[in-house]
Amino acid sequence: MNEQAATAHEKPHPGTAVYIKIALTLFLLTALEVGAYEVARSGAPAGLAAVVGPLIVEILLLLSAVKFALVAMFYMHLKQDSKIFSSVFVFPIIIAAIILFALLALFWYLGIQHP
Amino acid sequence: MATTAVEQPHPHSGAHARATGVWSWITTVDHKRIGILYGVTAFFFFLLGGLEALLMRWQLGAPDNTFVSPDVYNQLFTMHGTTMIFLGVMPLSAMFFNFMIPLQIGARDVAFPRLNAFSYWVFLVGGLLLNSSFLLNAAPNAGWFGYANLTSKQFSPGLNVDFWVIGLQILGVASLAAAVNFFVTIVNLRCHGMRMMRMPMFVWMSLITQVLLLLAFPVITVALILLMVDRFFGTSFFIPAGGGDPVLWQHLFWIFGHPEVYILILPAFGIISEILPVFSRKPLFGYAAMVFSGALIAFLGFGVWSHHMFATGMGPVADTVFGLATMLIAIPTGVKIFNWIGTVWGGSLRLKTPMYFALGFIAMFIIGGLSGIMHSVPPADLQQTDTYFVVAHFHYVLFGGSVLALLGGAYYWFPKMFGRVLGEGLGKLHFWLTFIGMNLTFFPMHFLGLNGMPRRVYTYPEGLGFELWNRIETAGSLVLGASFLVFIYNIIRSRHHIAPADPWEGGTLEWSIPSPPQEFNFPALPTVYSRDPLWEQRRTHGAAPEPTRVSGQGIHLPNPSFWPIVTALGIAVFFVGFLLGVNLWVILAGGGITALGIFSWAFEPAG
Amino acid sequence: MSHDSAHAIPIETTTGLDSRKLAIWAFIGSECLFFASLISTYLVYKGKSLVGPFPHEAWTSPTGQEFEPILQIPLVTTGTALLLFSSFFVVMALAGAQRGDRRALLGWLGATIFCGVFFVGMQVYEFYHFVHEGLGYTTNLFGSTFYTLTGFHGTHVTIGLIWLLTIWILGLRGKLPPDKSLNLEIAALYWHFVDVVWIVIFPVVYLMR
Repeated sequence: MNEQAATAHEKPHPGTAVYIKIALTLFLLTALEVGAYEVARSGAPAGLAAVVGPLIVEILLLLSAVKFALVAMFYMHLKQDSKIFSSVFVFPIIIAAIILFALLALFWYLGIQHP
Repeated sequence: MATTAVEQPHPHSGAHARATGVWSWITTVDHKRIGILYGVTAFFFFLLGGLEALLMRWQLGAPDNTFVSPDVYNQLFTMHGTTMIFLGVMPLSAMFFNFMIPLQIGARDVAFPRLNAFSYWVFLVGGLLLNSSFLLNAAPNAGWFGYANLTSKQFSPGLNVDFWVIGLQILGVASLAAAVNFFVTIVNLRCHGMRMMRMPMFVWMSLITQVLLLLAFPVITVALILLMVDRFFGTSFFIPAGGGDPVLWQHLFWIFGHPEVYILILPAFGIISEILPVFSRKPLFGYAAMVFSGALIAFLGFGVWSHHMFATGMGPVADTVFGLATMLIAIPTGVKIFNWIGTVWGGSLRLKTPMYFALGFIAMFIIGGLSGIMHSVPPADLQQTDTYFVVAHFHYVLFGGSVLALLGGAYYWFPKMFGRVLGEGLGKLHFWLTFIGMNLTFFPMHFLGLNGMPRRVYTYPEGLGFELWNRIETAGSLVLGASFLVFIYNIIRSRHHIAPADPWEGGTLEWSIPSPPQEFNFPALPTVYSRDPLWEQRRTHGAAPEPTRVSGQGIHLPNPSFWPIVTALGIAVFFVGFLLGVNLWVILAGGGITALGIFSWAFEPAG
Repeated sequence: MSHDSAHAIPIETTTGLDSRKLAIWAFIGSECLFFASLISTYLVYKGKSLVGPFPHEAWTSPTGQEFEPILQIPLVTTGTALLLFSSFFVVMALAGAQRGDRRALLGWLGATIFCGVFFVGMQVYEFYHFVHEGLGYTTNLFGSTFYTLTGFHGTHVTIGLIWLLTIWILGLRGKLPPDKSLNLEIAALYWHFVDVVWIVIFPVVYLMR
């Protein structure tokens, strides 16, 4: 398969500088995740913990979603490559999310507890 | 449409003389041969599933019958369901995917020919393993849906459920591999001019089916893994005493199971959408609506699974959501039915055998759909669930739907696949026996169900009013059995009747090449300018002459390969190791053979 | 899987995209559902264990044995960071392969593999430590869901490592010129996916209380 011709229609892949920036961003986001966890767990500093604590799940989900998107868009080249690849990846994620949230709703919120 | 280097004639390859012999079949990577392998194997398993049904019907033909014991009956109904779904309808659809998709899109083969062969061998191994359980009198016996915690080690201590779990895992590998293959094939190997909205409807429905396979099978893979570790290692995923919830099994199973029923019916929808236009001499009515309704059915199909669970006490909110979503699916389904009727309406009908089966499909599927809609209402379902009413419903959609369509497809495409025409007289006899037989067998089940006869019971007492209908159903099942004998006789007798390239005046590309096709399919890859390229040609240039067989010199075809079957056997050995009481040596050996197969496959010199 | 040369003759495709690349994306899409099911199971059973040890709380057993919260955030965070960096390394390796820079390819790919090996090693150590601390596979729902979810992820990482190592050896033998770099790109996509799954698992299992 002539890869150069196949990718000729897609935008060129980013350069080293972008890759390094993404790597540092991922590291920073991970540090924020662990930081949020620590603040929520230890309850200190008190002011920050009062904000972060109740929202810890949402904060973690948001941070991990951003990391997910960065790796997908830049390292997996979805941003530069054909939109077909993005569709093939995103559609299953949507179905997966629907199933996950439906199961959580059924088991956590609608209280179907079976002994 | 982007292009890269175009296929060049290669001086050293060419159409090999058609290889014969067992080894050529074992190493084949030709989609047509693989399709025939799927078809023959699946037909055999289908007859086995039919035999299981006949035995069940014989047992139920009289009250308090002792023809088979309760334990044998449990094995029969479990294997009947499992066989018909996984070893019958799905691989019969795969036969058509394999044979027809490359032809209909104007390609020489699928995207990954060796992966294609691999899928078949894994299917064969899985089917044989599942049925080998009969030899140990340990066939799966907890239903095709394996509800927890009946399937736990405590309540199913024998090997039966282990065979079921392992067998289905193996079959899942085959389905996933094939789904990747056909998905890429349909997206990437269409001939020049064949935009997505010009593809034959069978190809569209098959594409949607592959997407469903890719998304649904991983879920049952996980469910089976959890059940497997519960049984083999003592976890409590579905065991209440350990904190587990048996209903989680039902959720995971039906998240797979509901898309699975669309996997069973969408190819059938595609076949009907091929047959009706040809035998009405009219294009398919509402092509775009058919595409979008198929896609919508698939998407919505992921949101209705708990309609199989209305009796598990999920509460009013869940019941309402799933009930509404289920009702919603009736809309795109209805669109399809009206479009089929619209196709036939005003057409110049040719009532040949494929058309009989297609028209029969519409009627029977409507009946099955109506009983299905009745189930979508939770309060009504509480009356109907676990009764014969449900058995009636799914047999109307699966037999009256999938099987009638597959039979229609068989009559329609048999000439192309085997170069022989099936007899019309015998075909019509086959149809009427099937139609009468299936209605005799399954229609009374509506009455029995509403009158209270439960499912999955090996007998019933006298005096409850179940006797008459059961006897009629048993008689009907014998008529169905006879219909298959007629079909087999028709196939045997067909060897005398040679088929032309285009016996039906079809519109799609498969009819433009000889019957059966040559190994390379098309001497030159076609270019299409419409949805029905052959009809287009007929309109502008008149009927095409009978295509001649050409030498195929210079056409490059993939080499046969031994590694797909080796890899399949490695996977089988790996899983059998679990059946043998988690025998680490066998598991490692299986892993080793699989790795050997994969590496050899990867580094095989390309053809 | 890596191919020495999958097609001797390039084949035109309808979309202009390579079929193998399309295939790996389809497979990755399918794997999303696999891990989503495992993660859903983990979440459904979160907090439902009948006995300890528990992930984030201490527990005293009925026999008086005391258990600390069992998860070790610092160790796993290190592994997580390394896995993230490995995604960066493999993308640099691919860039090297695409421009024919054999040293860059071997260097960056080697770094990727090293990170992956460390990650698996961390997990093996973690599992060993947990078992030693009293959390077996069947001890409670946390143990069952934890080992199943992270175990299958770890298995995927291991398969990815074997795949990357095979390509590294190919590169060493000079068999990965720019026109064969797609082989690495496909393996890299699988590797990134495995990383992306961990990006979800790490907060869900380790950071959510």
